[in-house]
Amino acid sequence: MNGISRRGLLKTGAAAGVLSLSGMPLRAQTRGGKLTAGLSGANTTDSWDGRTHSDLFMIASAQGTVFDSLTEIAADGSLKGELAESWEASADAKTWTFNLRQGVTFHNGKAFGADDVIESLQMHLGEESKSAAKPIVEAITEMTKITDHQVQFTLAAGNADFPYLMSDYHILIFPAGQIEEGIAKGIGTGLYQVQAFDPGVRMVATRYADHYKGDSAGFFDEIEYIAINDNTARMNALMTGQVDAINRIDFKTEALLRANPALRIQEVTGNQHYSFPMLTKTAPFDDVNVRQALKYGINRQEMVDKILLGHGQVGNDTPIGPANQYYAGDMEQLAYDPDKAKFHLQQAGLDSINIDLSASNAAFEGAVDAAQLFQASAAAGGININVVQEPSDGYWSNVWLKKPFCACYWSGRATEDWMFSTAYEAGVPWNDSQWDHPRFQELLLTARAELDSDKRREQYGEMQQILRDEGGVLIPMFANYVQAVNNRIATPDTVGNLWQMDNGRMAERWSIA
Amino acid sequence: MGNVLTIILQRLLLGVLTLLIVSVVIFTAVNLLPGDFAQNILGQGATPDAVASIRRDLGLDQPPITRYFDWLGGVLRGDLGTSFAQANFASFTGTDSGATTVAAQIAPRFANTMFLAMVTAAIAVPFSIILGILAALYRNTVFDRATNIFTLSSISSPEFFLAYILILFLAVLNPIFPSLSNIFEGMAFSERLEKSMLPALTLTLVVTAHMMRMTRAAIINLLASPYIEMARLKGLSPMRVIVKHALPNALAPIINVIALNLAYLITGVVVVEVVFVYPGIGQLFVDSVKIRDIPVVQACCLIFAAAYILLNLTADILSILSNPRLRHPK
Repeated sequence: MNGISRRGLLKTGAAAGVLSLSGMPLRAQTRGGKLTAGLSGANTTDSWDGRTHSDLFMIASAQGTVFDSLTEIAADGSLKGELAESWEASADAKTWTFNLRQGVTFHNGKAFGADDVIESLQMHLGEESKSAAKPIVEAITEMTKITDHQVQFTLAAGNADFPYLMSDYHILIFPAGQIEEGIAKGIGTGLYQVQAFDPGVRMVATRYADHYKGDSAGFFDEIEYIAINDNTARMNALMTGQVDAINRIDFKTEALLRANPALRIQEVTGNQHYSFPMLTKTAPFDDVNVRQALKYGINRQEMVDKILLGHGQVGNDTPIGPANQYYAGDMEQLAYDPDKAKFHLQQAGLDSINIDLSASNAAFEGAVDAAQLFQASAAAGGININVVQEPSDGYWSNVWLKKPFCACYWSGRATEDWMFSTAYEAGVPWNDSQWDHPRFQELLLTARAELDSDKRREQYGEMQQILRDEGGVLIPMFANYVQAVNNRIATPDTVGNLWQMDNGRMAERWSIA
Repeated sequence: MGNVLTIILQRLLLGVLTLLIVSVVIFTAVNLLPGDFAQNILGQGATPDAVASIRRDLGLDQPPITRYFDWLGGVLRGDLGTSFAQANFASFTGTDSGATTVAAQIAPRFANTMFLAMVTAAIAVPFSIILGILAALYRNTVFDRATNIFTLSSISSPEFFLAYILILFLAVLNPIFPSLSNIFEGMAFSERLEKSMLPALTLTLVVTAHMMRMTRAAIINLLASPYIEMARLKGLSPMRVIVKHALPNALAPIINVIALNLAYLITGVVVVEVVFVYPGIGQLFVDSVKIRDIPVVQACCLIFAAAYILLNLTADILSILSNPRLRHPK
């Protein structure tokens, strides 16, 4: 963390502002040129409305190129100010004051100020809102404009991670009073200005002349993102030099790319994980012994080797990954042990057990194969898994959260609290294991309002341990983000691991070699 | 000629009837698919409240019969409806950004598809007819065999395989054409043509065999007729016999096959579009099916069906016009 403690950052975000301005220049980056990238995750439903963003193409185009948020997560995982210059919390982490950057203009010339922040956040509220960031914004009980460049947020309960939440890619800052126009045309404060946008086809943007990030970011003159959802087409486009960078390398052909001297492969392990959640309020998964038997009946290393072809790391049944601050990497790793599985079954009073596991490749690429590997490894421990192949269509509506045991994936979250409060807090809609553990819940609430970093590390460590030992979600593997770039483009030494393509910010951080 | 007009009118009416039946089939089929737009757009976030809210916005909570007739009524008035994909965020903002109608969404994609179909046709039709004539002329020679083997193996290979072979030889090993056909509005014609070349060549390989074999068969079939015998006895060269005497009489079946293949070029090129990232109507269609954007799916199907019907009609009319016996019936 470059010698700046998280506590220092949290208490007085002023340091962050300085950090981002000085930008820690690694080497002089060349200005000019054009970046062409072939990206997957594009749809005809795409728009500039941040509330609808869910896949790489729009995340890289909007937050990564055209729009800004209040805060930004740097490539090394630290938090820095974007439209907010600094911030300060009250002692109970309930009241947050953000000082906004002065002299910032939107691409249509409008000056940026407190009203823009308040109105942009309000977009996520309302009964009819379908925004994925609704829970984050709903936690704010009051938004006050103190001056034109100072906003105060009062939260329902203390949340030490609040500035992190403001870096969410759904929460983009639009011009107040012109939000509709901003969504229709893509008017933000980002480094690049939209020139052309054809949903599901392409996006072109050019550098905005006097941007507040100045010489520290946004080195290209022009950005073109081409929607290429087909794996092979993306590879071909990179191999023939029609694009400079692509995301999501197909593992099966990765060796071919590696053999090409004109290309570089970037591989980072982040928080993206594949899981098998079980409903812990439904028999037989309500018995912790059955859950433990399953934990020992799954061969994690085999899954990393065969499903991810080595591009990942074994999971320890906690959703907290290497891109998180308080990732307990030193916690003892669960390993395949059919004898222990048998032992735990006996503890549950059973000799063997029959379980249905619902899977579909909609959950993650190779989910059905993973379920079958699980079936084979668990059989040795007396667990008879029956793999039920579900249709991909409607998987998230009809299977996930409904079937007692199924396959699932999560892209992870930037902070522990964000991840836990999305899927592990008692009663939240996406709690896919019906997880309700008194000690875990207590720790979750204490840690949320705790500003002391050491105490939080302890608390989050214990929570990860609880999940590993008793939790209702099997997380056998963390999948790497694997992407490729050609030698025309220079990339920083540290590439973001929170999301694909340097957290979607290649337009900001990369440059011509 | 009055007779021809009657036939055209009859066929047009039948075409409309066919379209109507097609619309019922499409509507039923799309409604039988599991999952709907609300569930698909929300994905993992499909909470019952959010799903219900989107369904209400889009009128998906109405019974199917009501929705079908609403849609049919719209189509008859020339209104293909509002695309769910775009309506979704129009409802967020309360405004219509102008791109929300199905027609506005389909028009540029359809224009791209027509462009590719025309480039392909401009290469494939002359190429296969000439090949067919030559094959008939030199039938049962090494040339004839080679042509047959080449065209039959290319039609028998999956399209994506042909596409990758062409990419390998014409884009990777010898960078002559780009492997990415990302054409867009405002692109210069020459650049557009260059970018569309590999998909056009792939499609040419796919459609050549059918047209070439039909040309060859139709001509050879006629070569046994007495009037060809006569022409030959007059001492005409084999080339002249075929082009001047046989070909005009073989036109009807050839035109039919060409029409069928043109229809295929408009409706069936999804795979090629995906491989080359060509923004045609096929990709839009597949995307729309995936997200259950029913108005777009239905409009695409109608366009596909109309293309088949119109091209078949054109083929019939052209065969009639090319045959004096049909033009002047007793």
